[in-house]
Amino acid sequence: MSMVAHSPPSAGPARRLVDGRRLIIGIVLLLTAIVIIAPVGVILIQAGSQGFGAFLGSLSTSDTRAAIGLSLVTALIVVPINTLFGIAAAWAIAKFRFPGRKLLLAIVELPFSVSPIVAGIAYLFVYGGQGLLGPFLDAHDLKIMFALPGIVLASMFVTAPFVARELIPLMTLQGNDDEEVAATLGAHGRQIFFRVTLPNIRWGLLYGIVLCNARVLGEFGAVSIVSGSIRGETNTLPLQIELLYHDYNTAGAFAAASVLTLVALVTLVVKLILEARIGEGH
Amino acid sequence: MSEQASTLSRPTATKRVPVLRLAGIERHYKEGAGRLNILSGANLSVYPGELVALVAPSGAGKSTLLHVAGLLEKPDAGDVFIDEKPLGELNDANRTIIRRLQIGFVYQFHHLLPEFSALENVMMPQLIRGLSKAEAAKRAAELLSYMRLGERKDHRPSELSGGEQQRVAIARAVANAPRILLADEPTGNLDPTTAHYVFDALAALVRASGLAALIVTHNMDLAERMDRRITLNAGKIVEF
Repeated sequence: MSMVAHSPPSAGPARRLVDGRRLIIGIVLLLTAIVIIAPVGVILIQAGSQGFGAFLGSLSTSDTRAAIGLSLVTALIVVPINTLFGIAAAWAIAKFRFPGRKLLLAIVELPFSVSPIVAGIAYLFVYGGQGLLGPFLDAHDLKIMFALPGIVLASMFVTAPFVARELIPLMTLQGNDDEEVAATLGAHGRQIFFRVTLPNIRWGLLYGIVLCNARVLGEFGAVSIVSGSIRGETNTLPLQIELLYHDYNTAGAFAAASVLTLVALVTLVVKLILEARIGEGH
Repeated sequence: MSEQASTLSRPTATKRVPVLRLAGIERHYKEGAGRLNILSGANLSVYPGELVALVAPSGAGKSTLLHVAGLLEKPDAGDVFIDEKPLGELNDANRTIIRRLQIGFVYQFHHLLPEFSALENVMMPQLIRGLSKAEAAKRAAELLSYMRLGERKDHRPSELSGGEQQRVAIARAVANAPRILLADEPTGNLDPTTAHYVFDALAALVRASGLAALIVTHNMDLAERMDRRITLNAGKIVEF
């Protein structure tokens, strides 16, 4: 019997497959540690490096408090509006066939492909003092740029697709059968929406809302253009972090950044829970 | 069930006053720059206690016809009449009420609510209509007994066989004592023996209740057991 006959024929390729898998997993873990875990860890460590009292002190300065408040107010306005927009857009796109449907889908997704800075500048060109509607707004004493309305508009634009993009594939997959059966059983439109459609999409909807909320709180590019970054007035939390950093207030910057980081971590946990729920639903 | 069916006469089938009448129904969809004509002047009358089989190839417009007859879609032209009353001018709220009270639907898939028992599924349309729980439960139990499911009324859909599920769906469809029964391949998911058994149950119910039934099927054996067979040809209804 030859040597070849004694060696197990499949051991070599199988061994190489296992080694290759370990290598790929190792590379992914290393990159995750360098690119994601290390910066997040540094933020949390630096924020707490001078003690909890100093951490709270950094967060309780009037400018940072105002920035946190402005970010929360913006989220409280933008998230419900974009939730309603997302449900309506997804409902129309997923449940109906009409002329211009594909165009509507492209428009809903447009903010994903437009740089937030470009969106901010576009709003400036329309609503700014020298913009298209500037003279009209001035004449009627309406202030949109460098004020809350501008920040809300820019945040709405950037986060408009988040809810819709979660719901469109889900609602398309679910089809119209349940709604149709409800209609044949005599349910009217409102009953069908609240008793059939909404329960069917609830986990996907919550997922979209959580992502939309995280993005509104963390949005920087578009808001930096339209807010004017007025200290204590139109600075949102991300803008305040940048300002503190430029002021060489490292402790303050890390403390403020840790708030956004905690929001991101909570979002991640909620996202994982919701993903499991959506998986169960399917 | 067949014994029950044989003892039931068709008292109103000879009156020749249709329960359901479709007159000159046209339905088309936009397709790119052009227009896709699905129904082009479809006319049909279905009488009390009558079973009409609609046999046509896929894409011929069967589902559209059922949707129009069931007031789920509005025709582009023509009108739907129930007991010779035109329904074209009704608003959505009134169409919903007509659907709830006058029309029953049965699908290829039962679409029963999985969390509820057979009895509760049959009670559901009656509760939507506004009946009390006691009234709804009484009628639901009667219907399930008629469908020979009296012993199974407390079982959930997942605990029932395919034929039993479909018989519960039929009972649910007629729970509000409708005038019309519309069915889209009601036995399409069942093996031939069960299909015949379910059809017997459905036919007996239609004849006993004086319902006007329009039933889409690909099963020619079942179609030949109905009173009339129609098909769609270039958007028009023709008998064969």
